[in-house]
Amino acid sequence: MNRHLVLLIGRRFLAAATSLVFVVVTVFAITNVLPGDATDALLGQGATPQAVAAMRHNLGLDRSVFVRFWFWLWGILHAEFGNSLLNGLSVADAIGPRLHNSLLLAGASAAVSVPVSLFLGVTSAIWKDTVYDRVVSILTLGMVSVPEFVIATIAVYVFAVRLHLLPALADVGSVHSLRQFLSAFFMPVASLALVTLAQMVRMTRAAMADTLSAPYIEMALLKGVGPIRLILVHAIPNAIGPIVNAVALSLSSLLGGVVVIEVVFTYPGISGLMVDAVSSRDVPTVQACALVFCVTYLFLTTFADIVTILSLPRGRKT
Amino acid sequence: MIVRIGSFRSRHDRAVVLIAFWLLLALLGPLCSSYDLGAIGSQPVFSGPSPAHLLGTDYLGRDTLARLLNGIRHTVLLCFASTVLSCSIGTFLGIAAVTARPWVEALTGRLADGFLSIPSLLFALLVIAVFGTSTTALIVTMGVIYTPGAYRTSRALAQRIARLDFVTVARARGESTTYIILQEILPNMAGPMITDVGLRFIYSVLLLSNLSFLGIGVQPPEVDLGSMVRENMLGMAYGSPAMIVPVIVIAVLTVGINLALDSSGGRR
Amino acid sequence: MAATIQVENLEIVGRRGKGAELPIVRDVSFSVQRGEMLALIGESGSGKTTVALSLLGHIRKGCRIAGGKIRVAGYDVTALTPHECRSIRGRIISYVAQNAGSAFNPALSIMRQVVEPALVHRILPRRDLEARAVSLFRALALPDPETIGERYPGELSGGQLQRLMAAMALMTDPEVVVFDEPTTALDVTTQIEVLAAFKAVFAERGITGVYVTHDLSVVAQIADHAVVLKDGAIKESGTVSKILFQPEDPYSQALLTAAEPRSRQADLARQPEQPSLLDVRNLVVGYGQPTSAGLPEKVIVNHVNFSVPKGSMLGVIGESGCGKSTLARAISGLQPWAAGELLLNGTPLAADVRERTPEQRRHLQLVAQNADSVLNPSKPIGQALERVVRFYGGLRGGAATRRVNELLDMVRLSPTLASRLPSELSGGQKQRINFARALAADPQIVLCDEITAALDTVVAAAILDLMKELQRDLGLAFIFITHDLHALQSICDRVAVLYAGQAVEVGPAVALGQGVHHPYTRLLHDSVPLMEPGWLEATQTRRLAEATPAPISPLSLDPGLCCFLARCPDRVSGLCDRVPPPVRSVPEGPRVLCHLPAFDRPEFST
Repeated sequence: MNRHLVLLIGRRFLAAATSLVFVVVTVFAITNVLPGDATDALLGQGATPQAVAAMRHNLGLDRSVFVRFWFWLWGILHAEFGNSLLNGLSVADAIGPRLHNSLLLAGASAAVSVPVSLFLGVTSAIWKDTVYDRVVSILTLGMVSVPEFVIATIAVYVFAVRLHLLPALADVGSVHSLRQFLSAFFMPVASLALVTLAQMVRMTRAAMADTLSAPYIEMALLKGVGPIRLILVHAIPNAIGPIVNAVALSLSSLLGGVVVIEVVFTYPGISGLMVDAVSSRDVPTVQACALVFCVTYLFLTTFADIVTILSLPRGRKT
Repeated sequence: MIVRIGSFRSRHDRAVVLIAFWLLLALLGPLCSSYDLGAIGSQPVFSGPSPAHLLGTDYLGRDTLARLLNGIRHTVLLCFASTVLSCSIGTFLGIAAVTARPWVEALTGRLADGFLSIPSLLFALLVIAVFGTSTTALIVTMGVIYTPGAYRTSRALAQRIARLDFVTVARARGESTTYIILQEILPNMAGPMITDVGLRFIYSVLLLSNLSFLGIGVQPPEVDLGSMVRENMLGMAYGSPAMIVPVIVIAVLTVGINLALDSSGGRR
Repeated sequence: MAATIQVENLEIVGRRGKGAELPIVRDVSFSVQRGEMLALIGESGSGKTTVALSLLGHIRKGCRIAGGKIRVAGYDVTALTPHECRSIRGRIISYVAQNAGSAFNPALSIMRQVVEPALVHRILPRRDLEARAVSLFRALALPDPETIGERYPGELSGGQLQRLMAAMALMTDPEVVVFDEPTTALDVTTQIEVLAAFKAVFAERGITGVYVTHDLSVVAQIADHAVVLKDGAIKESGTVSKILFQPEDPYSQALLTAAEPRSRQADLARQPEQPSLLDVRNLVVGYGQPTSAGLPEKVIVNHVNFSVPKGSMLGVIGESGCGKSTLARAISGLQPWAAGELLLNGTPLAADVRERTPEQRRHLQLVAQNADSVLNPSKPIGQALERVVRFYGGLRGGAATRRVNELLDMVRLSPTLASRLPSELSGGQKQRINFARALAADPQIVLCDEITAALDTVVAAAILDLMKELQRDLGLAFIFITHDLHALQSICDRVAVLYAGQAVEVGPAVALGQGVHHPYTRLLHDSVPLMEPGWLEATQTRRLAEATPAPISPLSLDPGLCCFLARCPDRVSGLCDRVPPPVRSVPEGPRVLCHLPAFDRPEFST
């Protein structure tokens, strides 16, 4: 570890912190400073001015923006996201178990999609321009070009409707055996894995192909280095940074996928909560969910960048 | 390298022709159908193709083809408008970052980094929660979401071109900044920027379809491709065209443009 | 005895994208006997690298061998399976790549890569291999041979990496070594060291090899036989002395004429002293925050002084990173300077081009470096020229078109080119248009930044001729920035030698080979290879015979001291490492930044 490296990583953390501040302020700003008061949504168009005023007072909406921001921030720092405008229940309590479910879904999908796409991406870069590579390229191009729900609905159509193999809806509540667990999770996990897979394969392939076209790879070939050693010793150490970056960036598209997949399968995760909250304009819930997502995303991208920095070869760190 | 700028014309042409075709279909398509959109007929729901209803009927017994042509209109026009918005603002800011004083680049760069640290679907959900789902809100939201990406692409391009010798010579000659932007930089950005416009159009189609599918995009009585799928989900059990055809149309739209561009870029 | 390398009727074809297959190498035959070095001579696109790589059984993507036979050390390379190919690569035949900076894997230590060819062929255990590598490092005169292997490619210089690459190639004691332009990317003063190290190892080990290059004077030093390639076909082959001194083929003759150092000034009568047109006075350019001394944090151009008289040509020479391009940018008004001034016809110029008057901008024109990027790819040639004609002269319509045709004629191009796009022109044509555009302003002085660097020798020679013509016919003054001493000597009246941002010497160009000079100028001058066999040995012997540099105190880091101190062979301890060098001028000779002339010859004035 040299000083320069520490400086680079420090700078990356600083950038992440700046982004975090930006995210927090934006989430607050969009949901508070701009028009579209929560009272309109709650009380409807015909509410009397008195009712609106009382409601605004109750919700603290009559105080200055800065005061509200301060209270809100103070709350977040204590894992206190306020109460839902719909049912008055604590948002944090509502999010807790659902977050657990969502993380389970995302984690299981990542565990499937990361190894598969690393394999597909690296191999198609190695066998570039072969039939195998073309097939992988066209399939993944097709998959990144359609919205997530299309892949999910096709999966439902094939496995649940046509083949009657699996339940179309995820019933996490009534899981008692491993068999039930598998059948309840299989569809959402498989769909979500498929959704993220394509993106990850394409980016991994690009990173690996880039490395394989470097002059030092040709030089290694001319030294008589065999194919396995070429990949493992010469290519992978140089490609690892870009590949990890690619994987992390694609995992962040997993976050977008989670939202759609949870809704398609009525999976009891955090996204369902958020989409419902958006429909009913339940601002505290939306804020909390958005923050959870954004922080996860920020964590992933920062992690990827730090791995990239660490994998930079010596003497090339600028 | 410079040699690559201005080449690959055919690739751009294909994408431009494709987008033009979809725009034309969006503008003229609905005129070709004689059915009243909202009319809930006495037709059976989820019926198969017939001479009267070429693509069958939907969950309320309405003509699927008429709904589809309208759905295409909404999806394509909304997304096109938001793409024009994001790409023009993005290109403007990107060029400004390169040609104006350094603090402009510092500021716009930071803002773009900030925006890009919020996943696009999340940002859309957040804004819609506040502003609702009016057409204007959707266009502006998607426009804002894809502006940072367009900004980055155009900034990188403009930076590369601005460093080339012919721009250096023009500056040494004493040409005005306006001349350099309009005559030296912009004409050489056009080709690669078309690729970017195509990609961003695809991204907005994906985002809008997802939003509508989740029920927070285009709202009834209006219809777009995503909300058509949502409405007719029940038809899946019968293999109804009302649910399957919009899925196919989305895929043809996005895969087609993507193939024309054959980009290996990531999704943002 | 059969030749070690035998290539017969080799045909290689390749395609670009989805186009039809085109021949890249056509009916090439040659042979190399044991212990001989064959030079493959050719310009860019001649197919020389393709031929060299085919000896290792390596054909780049999109290409294939369409016919012919390649035999290397008893192996029929064209008939080998991929596995057999691998078994001879690095063991029987090894390769030294053009750009060692990118041919070494940045993620692995030098030692791991150097021993690898021997390791994958299981020649010796690793420990013995490392010992052999260290002895090779020593033989190639690398610094710290014991420990250099632990370092990474990013931490070493280009010259060191190129020698390490040669060590890697020699690890397995191969029958044949292929060198692909191994010194092209190096500065001349580094090139001579690398060449000398190569030559010593060749002599010691009796290496059989192929040496790919475009530089005929390198061929004279390194090779026994030579093959001249053009457009993939052999133009001429024979011994080096035959090719260099009695070439028969017109193309080889053209190559030689272009490469020969020759003066283009013979026909220019001595002119009376002209008044100064451009004066550079104490110019300092740099980056970063100003320090307490008022200078930038990182000084790139350091108190440079010179002047260019009307109608004369000043050459600015120096190796990569010496600040010559930054100097050009500063003079053009694209890079602000921290101190000093710039006078055009006696009037100070503003640092920012936008603050200069149109007349000042018109008088001083820039011709930039890279022929590929110097013209706007989306604008036809005629339009680009017309813009300048209108911008400065206000000409429009027919008058503008006439002026454009006149300009094209001036640079010896046909007026029909006016409607073409830059992508339809050759490199040499683009560089001529580049000149025409500067001439369109009707300037007094043209600043040329490395304009011949990216061009092939023959094309570059024609551009130099053009410059001289323009100087003579239009009375133009030039500043010619270059790293090529021969080119500079052939056209320039005066020369400024730049080292680490300082003009260590400014003087007449004709006197470069004789008289008193700054030690760096001498080193530079002596390092440019001459087209005579034996030059390398003679130079090395002479250098070794000279006294070893005096030891200097390790504390001599004062930035005011001589910038060449660390490399100077003539330094004097107690003087050079204590006192900043004075500016001394030699009557009728150069002005140098050095203690030495006074030390050698006390009669020189300060």
